[in-house]
Amino acid sequence: MNLPRQALLYVVLLAVVAALPALGVYPVFVMKLLCYALFACAFNLLIGFTGLLSFGHAAFLGGAAYAAGHALKVWGLPTELGLLTGIATGALLGLVMGALAIRRSGIYFSMITLALAQMLFFFFLQAKFTGGEDGLQSVPRGTLLGFIDLRDDLTLYYVVLGIFVLSFLLIYRTVHSPFGQVLKAIRENEPRATSLGYDTARFKLLAFVLSAALAGLAGATKTLILGFATLTDAHWSTSGLVILMVLVGGMGTMLGPIIGAIIIVSLENKVGDIGMFLGRVTGIEWFNGLGEAVTVVIGLIFVVCVMAFRRGVVGEFAAWWTRWRGGRAAAA
Amino acid sequence: MKLNKIAAALAACGLAMGVSTAQAQKLSGDKIVVGFITDMSSLYSDIDGPGGVEAIRMAIADMEKQFPGKKIELVFADHQNKADIASSKVREWIDQAGADVIIGGTNSSTALATAKVAAEKKRPYIAIGAATSRLTNEDCTPYTVHYAYDTVALANGTGSAVVKSGGKSWFFLTADYAFGHSLESDTSSVVKAAGGTVVGAVRAPLNASDFSSFLLQAQNSKAQILGLANAGGDTINSIKAANEFGVTKTMKLAGLLMFINDIHALGLKTTEGMYLTDGWYWDLNNDTRAWGKRFFDKMKRMPSMLQAGNYSAVSTYLSAVKAIGSDDPDAVMAHMKKTPINDMFAKGGKILPNGRMVHDMYLMQVKSPAESKSPWDYYKVAQTIPGDVAFAVPGGTKCTLK
Amino acid sequence: MPELFGIPLPAFLSQLLLGLVNGSFYAILSLGLAVIFGLLNVINFNHGALYMMGAIFAWMGLTYFNINYWAMLIVAPILVGIFGMITERLLLKHLYKLDHLYGLLLTFGMTLLIEGFFRSFYGVSGLPYQVPEALSGATNLGFMILPNYRAWVVVASLVVCLGTWFVIERTKLGALLRAGTENPRLTEAFGVNVPLMVTLTYGFGTALAGFAGVLAAPILQIQPLMGSNLIIVVFAVVVIGGMGSILGSIVTGLGLGVIEGLTRVFWPEASSTVVFVIMAIVLLLRPAGLFGREK
Repeated sequence: MNLPRQALLYVVLLAVVAALPALGVYPVFVMKLLCYALFACAFNLLIGFTGLLSFGHAAFLGGAAYAAGHALKVWGLPTELGLLTGIATGALLGLVMGALAIRRSGIYFSMITLALAQMLFFFFLQAKFTGGEDGLQSVPRGTLLGFIDLRDDLTLYYVVLGIFVLSFLLIYRTVHSPFGQVLKAIRENEPRATSLGYDTARFKLLAFVLSAALAGLAGATKTLILGFATLTDAHWSTSGLVILMVLVGGMGTMLGPIIGAIIIVSLENKVGDIGMFLGRVTGIEWFNGLGEAVTVVIGLIFVVCVMAFRRGVVGEFAAWWTRWRGGRAAAA
Repeated sequence: MKLNKIAAALAACGLAMGVSTAQAQKLSGDKIVVGFITDMSSLYSDIDGPGGVEAIRMAIADMEKQFPGKKIELVFADHQNKADIASSKVREWIDQAGADVIIGGTNSSTALATAKVAAEKKRPYIAIGAATSRLTNEDCTPYTVHYAYDTVALANGTGSAVVKSGGKSWFFLTADYAFGHSLESDTSSVVKAAGGTVVGAVRAPLNASDFSSFLLQAQNSKAQILGLANAGGDTINSIKAANEFGVTKTMKLAGLLMFINDIHALGLKTTEGMYLTDGWYWDLNNDTRAWGKRFFDKMKRMPSMLQAGNYSAVSTYLSAVKAIGSDDPDAVMAHMKKTPINDMFAKGGKILPNGRMVHDMYLMQVKSPAESKSPWDYYKVAQTIPGDVAFAVPGGTKCTLK
Repeated sequence: MPELFGIPLPAFLSQLLLGLVNGSFYAILSLGLAVIFGLLNVINFNHGALYMMGAIFAWMGLTYFNINYWAMLIVAPILVGIFGMITERLLLKHLYKLDHLYGLLLTFGMTLLIEGFFRSFYGVSGLPYQVPEALSGATNLGFMILPNYRAWVVVASLVVCLGTWFVIERTKLGALLRAGTENPRLTEAFGVNVPLMVTLTYGFGTALAGFAGVLAAPILQIQPLMGSNLIIVVFAVVVIGGMGSILGSIVTGLGLGVIEGLTRVFWPEASSTVVFVIMAIVLLLRPAGLFGREK
């Protein structure tokens, strides 16, 4: 799709999302979606464009969520500084984890990220300031820049949308820049990139830190919206979830992670309802219990996607679109 | 003739009043919506989960006749132990499904998050499954009721009652996270206050797969009682290992957070002689047995304290609505706080201003395989701990609500 | 009483021994991972779930069919191995030519499926499994009382691990397997059925996980999530040891079990993270792992 068409698509999407509250869609739910979409886009930067599978991204989401929550609640920082604390925490954690993990490649890289994230999880579990199992509760929303009161859901909605759009633009710019090209080169064929004179380790580390910082922003924003940060944010199952979002949506595409996030978050929240619906429609009793089988459903989607649906929603759509247009061109 | 007419007129008046009283019930949305959020599929699904849903269904079925012509709906969901999901689901239920009361299942972080939402939206929130005493202390709200148990009651119950039974010296095996620490410190202070001593403690990482080395340290301490300040899988694994290493030969185990499902999973051979505090047991009296049997017929296992608590809480709520004739949150809360609770779950139970439901707790000792006459016949009551004693917070409640 | 670093010698020795027991589990599991990775280049994320399956099959055997522990020690791994081979044939085979990460994702998804599946039937409180009669009771070693079963675990694991090492490094079959990994085409040209070998190897690796599960059944409560947290530690073990060498994974597994055991004595709170810390250090000093070969 050429640039003006792409830009038009994005603008239309933005308009739709901006109008959602007016259409009666529940703002808090959409805000949550936007956070996870940002998380997925940040993750996609690493896996889709640099080819690095991090299995510990929840560490950044959770770490920043706690840091921002602590900054807003205990230190009483204004909202924008709280968010910045989150970003900084994500970046710092990313720097440390990345520096260690990049020393190995491929599968080892993934396992190292997993192990380090797990270590961090144990730290969060035991540390006093996180509140452990209870979580960090009652984080105030405060005011943005001193005058925008965020306690109103609708105001917060547009602020979060703004944060998301800015981050998305940043990712877009990064991917389509010379830096992004080098990342793609590393993904395609790292030895060749090295032979061309690029210090691949530095580029990978930079991509890692950027991805971690944006994941941190997602975590901090989520704390702002929901008012709490809990251990789930840093648990390895959340790392797995974001991988699934990007896989389902389409790795290496811009919109893929967003679609993936929408699908998975909705699924998590609505499996029970979907089950009841299927139960009523088909009359099969078993479906009514689907709400209890969320993990099984997610596992199944994983397996199906890996086997038969690797390009994800957006990827498959793009392939179909090209085929269709190719067909038309051939017919013309 | 005249008498008949007067009688008829009186009857008609009576009927009219009766009908108008029924119609005078002002229900928002003209129905009652009960929202139940708990862990349906993961760590805590056995003690609450689908069984908890069934218990609530039973409560609704039993109370339905008191609301002729009105619907009582149940919506439930699995929060998967994620506070995110719990809080958004509850928000959605209140904003869009017209939920009038929220019943809270297991997991403390979800309970705290839900309590906030319920307070913001001004709906009664009855927490049953969660253990954290913060719900009625630091994080109390005018709309929170903490119904079945909390960490204070567990500490008071097991701590002081065991010391009274002769278990004076204690060693703690604590899960190294906030919950384990608070269980340990709460119980330690109670033990010391009751005249016992704490010989030592060892902190084991959460979900440690192997407790052998910690148990060895416990054994070397020569204390009489091994207090297990952990929960779920950790408790189960540490009990198993304690048996293996012969710790149970020289020390008695006191489980600080245990449910009947854990005993069932471990078997009596491994757990016999253990002490634990529970708020309800199916074999206490005729009422509990009757309800327990009803539950068993549906779920094929005996209910836990939480499932019984779900039934009682929903019945209490519905009775309050029936009594005042509306589901206005503030009126219902006020009524519940001034009405004693007398049902199969609690006798003489009352809800304090800070939301704490105070009722008797029981120090149980697990029977030996020989003493158990039927499946699920696991406990004998070692002591009944009066509610005021069990739920007394050292230093008074930290809640500022009056 | 003689003391070592401030701890009475008996306590020290007993913790050492217990660490060895844990180390045996790490050794078998990382061996399985190493075998599968070394010969298939697939990282088997569902190793933890397969370990759990081994334990549950042992329980099922006893509860439904009255098959005792000793028989299940053979039967359960075979069943798990067959399951592994079926998944390899149906699913994994198609992913070999793709990026390694798809294999990882598939096995991760399978973990969720397997665990969720068993959880929906058996709940999470766990299933009881008693130590078999012949091994119950404990021996007084003087410095500690060691349950006989734990001693058996160490012995059984060592036998299996060394047996595996012997087969792979010292027999013709092992040589064929190693050749098949290094150069499948050439090996096939010699008439060896490489795909079949691959399938059987995967089956063997998964059977090892199942075997560990049966060993664990009497010690730990059998529950669907028992593999999840364990597998992450095993990954760290594997990174430390390097997956190039079979002997390396065995030694590393045992060694780390012992180190973890000692940490439990001196600094119990840190015992869950000590393996990860060591992993970080090894990565800084010797990225290929202690026994690894840089590929």
